[in-house]
Amino acid sequence: MRRKTVKTRQRNSYSGSRINPSRFSRSQIKFYLLLLPLAAFMVIPVIMIVNRAFMPLGELHAFPPRIIASNYTLNNFKALFRLYSTTGVPMSRYLFNSVVITVLTVTLNLLISVTGAYALSKKRFRLKDKLFSLNQLALMFVPTAVAVPRYIVIVNSGMLNTLWAHILPLVAMPVVLFLIKQFTDQIPDALIEAAIIDGAGDLTIIRRIIIPLTRPALATAAVLSFQLVWGTVEASNNFITDDSLRTLAFYLNAISTNVSVSAAGMTAAASLILFLPNLIIFIFMQSQVMNTMSHSGIK
Amino acid sequence: MSSLSILKNRKKSIKKREGLRAGLLLLPYAIPFSMFILVPVAVAIVLSFTFFDVINRPAFTGLLNYVSIFTQDTVFLKNVLPNTFLYALVVGPGGYVLSFLVAWMLTQLQRVPRTILALCIYTPSMLGSVFIGVVWRAVFSGDQAGIANYLLMEMGILDQPLQFLLTPDYFMLIMIIVSLWSAMGIGFLAMISGILNVNEELYEAAYVDGLKNRFQEIIYITIPSMKPQMLFGAVMAIVNAFNMGWIGVTLAGANPTPNYAGQLITNHIDDYGFIRYEMGYAAALSVVLLLVVYLFNRLAYRFFGEKEERA
Repeated sequence: MRRKTVKTRQRNSYSGSRINPSRFSRSQIKFYLLLLPLAAFMVIPVIMIVNRAFMPLGELHAFPPRIIASNYTLNNFKALFRLYSTTGVPMSRYLFNSVVITVLTVTLNLLISVTGAYALSKKRFRLKDKLFSLNQLALMFVPTAVAVPRYIVIVNSGMLNTLWAHILPLVAMPVVLFLIKQFTDQIPDALIEAAIIDGAGDLTIIRRIIIPLTRPALATAAVLSFQLVWGTVEASNNFITDDSLRTLAFYLNAISTNVSVSAAGMTAAASLILFLPNLIIFIFMQSQVMNTMSHSGIK
Repeated sequence: MSSLSILKNRKKSIKKREGLRAGLLLLPYAIPFSMFILVPVAVAIVLSFTFFDVINRPAFTGLLNYVSIFTQDTVFLKNVLPNTFLYALVVGPGGYVLSFLVAWMLTQLQRVPRTILALCIYTPSMLGSVFIGVVWRAVFSGDQAGIANYLLMEMGILDQPLQFLLTPDYFMLIMIIVSLWSAMGIGFLAMISGILNVNEELYEAAYVDGLKNRFQEIIYITIPSMKPQMLFGAVMAIVNAFNMGWIGVTLAGANPTPNYAGQLITNHIDDYGFIRYEMGYAAALSVVLLLVVYLFNRLAYRFFGEKEERA
């Protein structure tokens, strides 16, 4: 009897965690069998467009359709950059707008979020918890739902047809404030108090303590904010009527919905230009992002 | 003694000013937050009780807009509402469960293959609307050179190329596939790191207490110990599901989608707001949408919240 329990125990017994293993084991094969086809389904469409961006015209319309190019050319990109919009705005202007808008938005977003997160995390004041709950409630905010009221706000504040119409609606991202605040909570209060005794003001504390110690969260915030700003067409569609103030994403979107046959290669090239910065930034920030995500929980 | 009292006094005066300081520090965030999140929601609520065509001043009409939505708007009742619920349920909770399962499987692998596979799976979520439109219009293009048509014809399933994106029967299915494809985003990453951070001793203890298999492991240990990440993931999944309204319009190339087959509530709002300029009616639809999103989130908090959320 006793022996039997020991035996069952042993069978059920804990053989070391199988989470994050350090060696390959046969029990992983079933997961690979599921994950590899899934990963292929996820990336093959991306690989297809990347190849199309470099395909010469002949191959783009070959039958059967090709996924991998056999000859590579930069003609699609050259054609794209030579293009002018119907109102005579050159592509370079859109690129310039997008770069300026993205840099300003991401920078402002990080600055206001880190100061806000510092206040919500380390300051003691009455409305603190209420304000944080409000931001948490705003995590579930769906911007497309209020496109119309946003338009009214833009018109009444005189931002219609200005760069601010691109920037200001996107600088306050509840998810960014949330992540940085969760991360700032990990910084020991003693460190802040010591700095205060040494005579450091709030801005010095933010610059010398909070920013260096929340770098993973800031990197994640930069990734999220960049992805949002770089790819959005909301402002260009709704708040801007002057073509020369619109963004690359808007323009490339306009080209890509143009179904004309000769545009297939250019469309792919345009998609690639929009996507590459996202991918590069994410790969560089990957470990920081994962680090932040372990503090991302909503308690 | 004197230096200590000085210190105490200093601390006191600092504390007094702390509220003001905190306010100042929060202000740069609070201004755009109010202008583009709080005020628009308030404006939507106010406008939803009016008739407003942008040119004339809004005229108060009481509950008329809401009554019309639920009694007169046949497109809303017959297409938009069922579409939105089907879509949101599959892409929201469906995508959520899927991303948990995938995240869990990934954590059973070593670091290097896990990172590579996770990057592959995460990639579609950072493509952006332009890329997504280009990819899937090419795959489902209606001529025989469309990838889907070509494959299905090679396999003998089809003998004529099919106009996938113009056929209402397939349109919703395609929208859901594309949305799930691009839904493995930040919530998915949060879940991977949540699972990786579960304390290993918990598993050990549970096996001693009679845990039998990995399914039980997930239900009794993994999920309860990463509730905060599960909740974050759930909120992100819900918001994503309701924010993806553009997908149908991008695939079809026009609003409304063919026969309203892929018309979601966000498209309906755009249709009334920016195409017909019936802003009051569009605002009422927005309020309905925000309430639906809020209800979904309450459910998520009910499941995974550790304390009741105040608001």
